[in-house]
Amino acid sequence: MSAQSSGQTALTSARAIAWARRRAALAGFWREYRTQRTGLVGLAFLLMVIALALATPWVTDAGGLDPTKVHGGRLDAPSLAYPLGTDELGRSVLLLTLWGARVSLLVGVTATLLAIVIGSLVGILAGHFGGWTSWVLMRLADWFIVVPTLVLAMVLLLVLGSNLFTIIVVIGVASWAGTARLIRAQTLAVEGRPYLERARALGAGHWHQMSRHVLPNVMPLVLASTTLQVASAILLESTLSFLGLGDPNQISWGTMLHRAYEAGAVSYGAWWYLLPPGLGILVVVLCFTLCGRAMESVVNPRLRGGGR
Amino acid sequence: MTHAVTSGGMSAGEVVLEVRDLVKYFPITRGVVFKRKIGEVKAVDGVNLQLRRGETLGVVGESGCGKSTFAKLLVSLEKPTSGGISVQGQDISRLRGRELTRARRNIQMVFQDPYTSLNPRMTVGDIIGEPFAIHPDVAPPQDRRRRVQELLDLVGLNPDHINRYPHQFSGGQRQRIGIARSLALKPEILICDEPVSALDVSIQAQVVNLLEGLQDELGLSYIFIAHDLSVVRHIADRVAVMYLGKVVEVGTDLDIYDHPTHPYTQALLSAVPVPDPALRGHRDQIVLEGDVPSPANPPSGCRFRTRCWKAQEICATDVPALEPRGGSDHPSACHFAEERDVVHAID
Repeated sequence: MSAQSSGQTALTSARAIAWARRRAALAGFWREYRTQRTGLVGLAFLLMVIALALATPWVTDAGGLDPTKVHGGRLDAPSLAYPLGTDELGRSVLLLTLWGARVSLLVGVTATLLAIVIGSLVGILAGHFGGWTSWVLMRLADWFIVVPTLVLAMVLLLVLGSNLFTIIVVIGVASWAGTARLIRAQTLAVEGRPYLERARALGAGHWHQMSRHVLPNVMPLVLASTTLQVASAILLESTLSFLGLGDPNQISWGTMLHRAYEAGAVSYGAWWYLLPPGLGILVVVLCFTLCGRAMESVVNPRLRGGGR
Repeated sequence: MTHAVTSGGMSAGEVVLEVRDLVKYFPITRGVVFKRKIGEVKAVDGVNLQLRRGETLGVVGESGCGKSTFAKLLVSLEKPTSGGISVQGQDISRLRGRELTRARRNIQMVFQDPYTSLNPRMTVGDIIGEPFAIHPDVAPPQDRRRRVQELLDLVGLNPDHINRYPHQFSGGQRQRIGIARSLALKPEILICDEPVSALDVSIQAQVVNLLEGLQDELGLSYIFIAHDLSVVRHIADRVAVMYLGKVVEVGTDLDIYDHPTHPYTQALLSAVPVPDPALRGHRDQIVLEGDVPSPANPPSGCRFRTRCWKAQEICATDVPALEPRGGSDHPSACHFAEERDVVHAID
C-alpha cells in the first residue's frame, strides 16, 4: 500500500476502479479456493461434465434419440458400435447419457437459482423488518421445511402437469426454505452491526439498507449455498423423473433410470443401461457438493480446519 | 422539571437544539406472540437541555445512565416516549418520512466504535459518499467524488486514499473517516457518542483536537457524550452530569469541575486519577458503595439517595428539582447541594 500506487488508482475512472476491485476480490477468492484440494478435484470434474454437456449438440447427432430412426438391437450389451450398449428401443445409451446430462444440469441450476432468489428475498425481508413480517415469513418457511420435499414436489407436479418449466418451478418452490433460514440468520447478524444504525441515522431507507449493506454482506454465503443446493436439486429432479413424473419429451438421467426400470433392465441384467445415468448423477452431485463445501470454507474461515 | 436549564459563561449564541422533558421508556415484555408489558426501563426520564451555536455540551455519567439512549433520541434512531427535541425551532421527534430525512441533515452522529461502524465491504469513498447517495439533492453525482476528497482532506486524511477499505486504516484514522462521513451533509449539530473511548490515549488527543478545530472552522455545535471526565473537561464549554436517566447537575466546565454541588458529581470527580503523584492521597476521596439501581425500578424521590451519604427522609419522598442551590449559580438536583472541592489537594 504505497502512496504512489494509490495515487495512480485515484486518477482512473470510478468504473475502472470498481472492476479492478472485483478482479482483485475474485483473485483473492481463487487463491483461497486453490488451497482446497477436494474443491479443485470437484471443480475439474464439474467443468469436464459441463463442457461435455455443452458440446453434445455439436459432436453427436440428435437424430439418434428418435426411436424410429435407430437400428440398434433391444438392450444390446456394449459393443464397438454402441460403447455403452442400447436401451429397450435400440438407442445408444452413451448418446442418451450425454443428452440427459444437459437436462439434469439445466433443471438443477435453474431450479436452484429460483430457490435462491426466493430464499434470499424472504430471508432478507424477514431479517430486516423483524416483528410480525419475520414471524409470518418464517412460519411459512417452517411449513415448507416440515412438509416432505418429495411429497410436496410430487403433488405440485401432478396438479401443474409435468414439463421442463413446471419441474423447474416446483423444485425451486419446494427447496427455498432452508436458504431463507440461512439468509435470515446472516441478515440478523449484519443488522446488529453499528454501520446499519449509522446508515439509519443518515436517513437511509429500507431499500438502501437492504441493498447497500445487507445484500453485499450475505452474498458470499448465498453463492456457497447455491452451489450446495444445485446438488440436491439435481437429485430431486432425478427422483421425480425416476418416479415417472419427469417431462416425457425430455431425456434426463432420472428419466433414463425410470425407463430402464420399466423395461426390466434390472432382471435382464442390463447393467449398461442403469450404471451410466446413476454414475452421472453421483459424479455431478458429488462435484457440486465438493465445490460448495470448498467455497463455504473460503467464505467462512471458521469452517476451515485448525491447521491454518 | 419544566425549568429550562441555562447558565452563564461563553455560550452567547442562539439556541440550535432544545430538549424539553425528554422521556424514553423501553417496555419490558413477556411472551413471544402475544406480548404483555410487564414493566419499563426508564432509560431517559425527563431531560431538559439547551445547546447554543458553536458550543460544546459534555454529557457525563457512568455506564447505564442513559447517555447513549439520549444520543439515539437526538438523532431520531429512537422515538421518544414523550417530550420534544427541537432543532432550530422544528420539533424533529414529531417528523416522519421525507421531512425527517431532511431534518436529519442538520443533526448527525459520530459513533463510538470506529471498528464496527464502518461497513468492511465498502471503500472509504463509498462510506463517506453514502450520505450523498441517501440525499441525492445535496451533491450531483459527478461532484460527489470531489466532495468526498475534500472531506478526507478536511479531517486530515490523504484524499488519494479514497479507494481503500476500512481495514487498511488505524483506529484513529477510522474515527476520522467516521467524522468525515458525519460532516458530509454539512450539519450544524454533531452528536458525539463516546467518540474517543475506543481509541488509544495518544490517539484520543488527536481526534479531540480535530473535533475542536472543525468546530472553529465550521461553526459546529457538539453534544459530546463520554464517561472520561478529563476528555470532557478538555473539549466541553458546559457539562451535564447524568444519573439514571436524569440530569443531576449542569453548568460551565468551571462550575462543574471546580465548584460541584451535587454529591454524585463530587463522587465522580474524586474518582478521576491525578497525574501529579505528589497530590495523591492528599485529596478528598469519595468512594461510592453499591451499584447503580436498576432503571426498571428506580428509587423513589432522589434517584441517587440509595448511594448518597447525605440522604435523609426528604430524599425518599421529594424529587429534587434541577435549580440553582446552595449558594451556587448553576443548577443542581440535590436537596442538600453544597460545594465541595474534590479535585484539588486539601492539605
